[in-house]
Amino acid sequence: MSKDSIPQSTAALAASFEEEPSQASVATLPGGMTALKPFGWAKNNLFNTRANTVLTLVCFAILWFAVPPVVNWVLLNAVWLGTSDECRAAAGACWSIIAVKHRLIFFGTYPYEEQWRPFLACALFVAMLGVSGVRAFWRPWLVGAWALVLVAMGVLMWGGVLGLTHVANDKWGGLPITLMLSVFSITLAFPLSILLALGRQSSLPAIRSLCVGFIELMRGVPLVSVLFMASVMFPLFLPEGVTIDKLLRALAGLTLFTAAYLAEAVRGGLQAIPKGQSEAADALGLGYWQKTMLIILPQALRMVIPPIVNQFISCFKDTSLVTIVGLYDLLTAATVATTDPEWRPFFAEVYVFAGLMFWIFCFSMSRYSQWLERMANRYNRR
Amino acid sequence: MSKLVQALNSARVRGWLYQALFVSGTLAVGWYLVSNTLTNLSKRGVATGFGFLNREAGFEIGESLLTYAASDTYLKAMIVGLLNTLTVSAVAVIFASILGVAIGVARLSSNWMVGRFAAVFVETVRNVPLLLQLVVWYTIMNRLPSPREALEVVPHVFLSNRGLKYPTFVEHAGHGWAFLALILGIIGAILIVRYGRKHRETTGKPFPTLPAALASVILPPVAVFVASGAPFAFDLPVLTGFNFEGGASVSPEFTALLIGLSVYTAGFIAEIVRSGILAVPHGQTEAGLALGLSPAHILRLVILPQALRVIVPPLTSQYLNLTKNSSLAVAIGYPDLVSVTNTSANQTGQVVEAVAMMMVVYLVISLCIAGFMNWYNRKVALVTR
Repeated sequence: MSKDSIPQSTAALAASFEEEPSQASVATLPGGMTALKPFGWAKNNLFNTRANTVLTLVCFAILWFAVPPVVNWVLLNAVWLGTSDECRAAAGACWSIIAVKHRLIFFGTYPYEEQWRPFLACALFVAMLGVSGVRAFWRPWLVGAWALVLVAMGVLMWGGVLGLTHVANDKWGGLPITLMLSVFSITLAFPLSILLALGRQSSLPAIRSLCVGFIELMRGVPLVSVLFMASVMFPLFLPEGVTIDKLLRALAGLTLFTAAYLAEAVRGGLQAIPKGQSEAADALGLGYWQKTMLIILPQALRMVIPPIVNQFISCFKDTSLVTIVGLYDLLTAATVATTDPEWRPFFAEVYVFAGLMFWIFCFSMSRYSQWLERMANRYNRR
Repeated sequence: MSKLVQALNSARVRGWLYQALFVSGTLAVGWYLVSNTLTNLSKRGVATGFGFLNREAGFEIGESLLTYAASDTYLKAMIVGLLNTLTVSAVAVIFASILGVAIGVARLSSNWMVGRFAAVFVETVRNVPLLLQLVVWYTIMNRLPSPREALEVVPHVFLSNRGLKYPTFVEHAGHGWAFLALILGIIGAILIVRYGRKHRETTGKPFPTLPAALASVILPPVAVFVASGAPFAFDLPVLTGFNFEGGASVSPEFTALLIGLSVYTAGFIAEIVRSGILAVPHGQTEAGLALGLSPAHILRLVILPQALRVIVPPLTSQYLNLTKNSSLAVAIGYPDLVSVTNTSANQTGQVVEAVAMMMVVYLVISLCIAGFMNWYNRKVALVTR
């Protein structure tokens, strides 16, 4: 194990609980896998001790028995564009269920002819996520661009203007719900979490204890119960005649829940700022808000970008829970697709597909957050 | 006037003012929400208060540790749900820890293949939502063959769409006594370990701690078991008609939830274990070697105590997460606390009370686990002078 893979600072260590940069596994490939010395590499990494030789052989045996059936099922014996009867006859996977049901899985019950709209909204959205990942674009205009994209998404999804027909949001479903819930909840939770974290660090006992109470309450209960609360109790909170729809209620629940977790991440950043910074600001005669906005937060928030991305990943996964309060997200849509009697035997294909969707989003984001972390630590290493 | 200005400029007075404003604002919003809720509830003719807990629940619960019938009260139904939550969480914590530690260590293996296998497992499991994994496990459980064509996993253990059937011991009074002897033996072993350490520290001479402790754990229960006539009989599950008879079983819901929670959490625990071990500088191992310690001693006396210090805090939050995640049981129909509370709330309409109770119970569980782990953490924490 290379020593370089030991996290250098406690902050990096704390962050590594969430997403450990996987340098260790890279380090076990000590540049030896060149075309010249594959045998030397194998000898050092696969057959260096007797126990390792046995383990390697066991691994090869597992691959030997597992890979051919999987390849056969996924590729060789699979039916790509057949009918369900052809699928039943075949030994492999039935990918034609995806071909038949992909519109349902992606867009749920959105009117079929209008489904280019959620498609465009999702495409815009994913493009925007990609743009936001590039550090050169981290400029104030990015916030404006996001606002524009979100408005465009709203227009596309709801319609009712520019000659688009109106689609009520109880018809929405699938990927747009998953994407929108996760992005909106993290965006709305972010300012709230900063306030909560500042409140938790405050020297005023009443403010501190209320913030601590809220954070610990939200972190102590499961998201399911928060979503139940949001879906059944929020309507009771409102004065008579005012109603909010299911989607907004779930969004509110998710936002409050995410804010509590995010507040703890922000607090980590606040605590990592040396006390001298705050004292220097005091010495300059800055007030609390000047000190916070000009000195503390710019440094703290830069530090917590990786944990925020990690929180976004778990928020993205957590949106799948809204199916429990009756919203039609990607997972619900996938489950509905498996209930069609004609295609009922082919549930595995649908779940593999839905799982792959989630996996692609989460894995790429987690790799991105590891890269960010390495970038952030680049100058700290001596 | 100038005194007032002076007072307003003092940080202390301002602090009180801000707090008063904040608290009264919170109270005002809270009061507004509560009054709205009360109006809405009275408009809908829903009763308030916890009186409903003593009424008859009227619904069946599929599996229960206590004897429960539909004629029991809502309170009892919720206790049954709570026990189900605790059962599945406790078992899953054990499985997840074992699997997680194994995978975490495997990922650090000097064997490239083993490391890759572990990495693939971790990256797959962590990047797919738990709910999706649970649904998949549950679907698999449901589409297993019927009991008549059940899979015999190991002899006399059957897996079918009715769940997992396994043999049990036929109960006998001797078992209880043997169990009691086992507990006494464990207490004895703890005392022996303590005495051995003290003996070594005061005299410097080694004490055969391990053999003595093992003997204390193993010998008494075996002796009692043999003395009571070695009552040894299995209750084997046998297929009769359409279902099994004999043995014990766990439901498909429980099995799916257990597998899903264990596998998902193991992915996270593996990463925690890995970073904990990596956090111990290699110099520590070298120093141990220089002192002439054996590899086993280095692991036990040098590496593990330091790694545990890093591992325990995030591990606590994973155990907490697992317990909270067990609430996803509601999606696959395992009667846990959330699912029972949900049914009760739907039947009585007393949503506020039900959700509040559910949240309080989870908070208490969280505080208990956090408290226990904090205690343990203090025990393994660095002693600084």
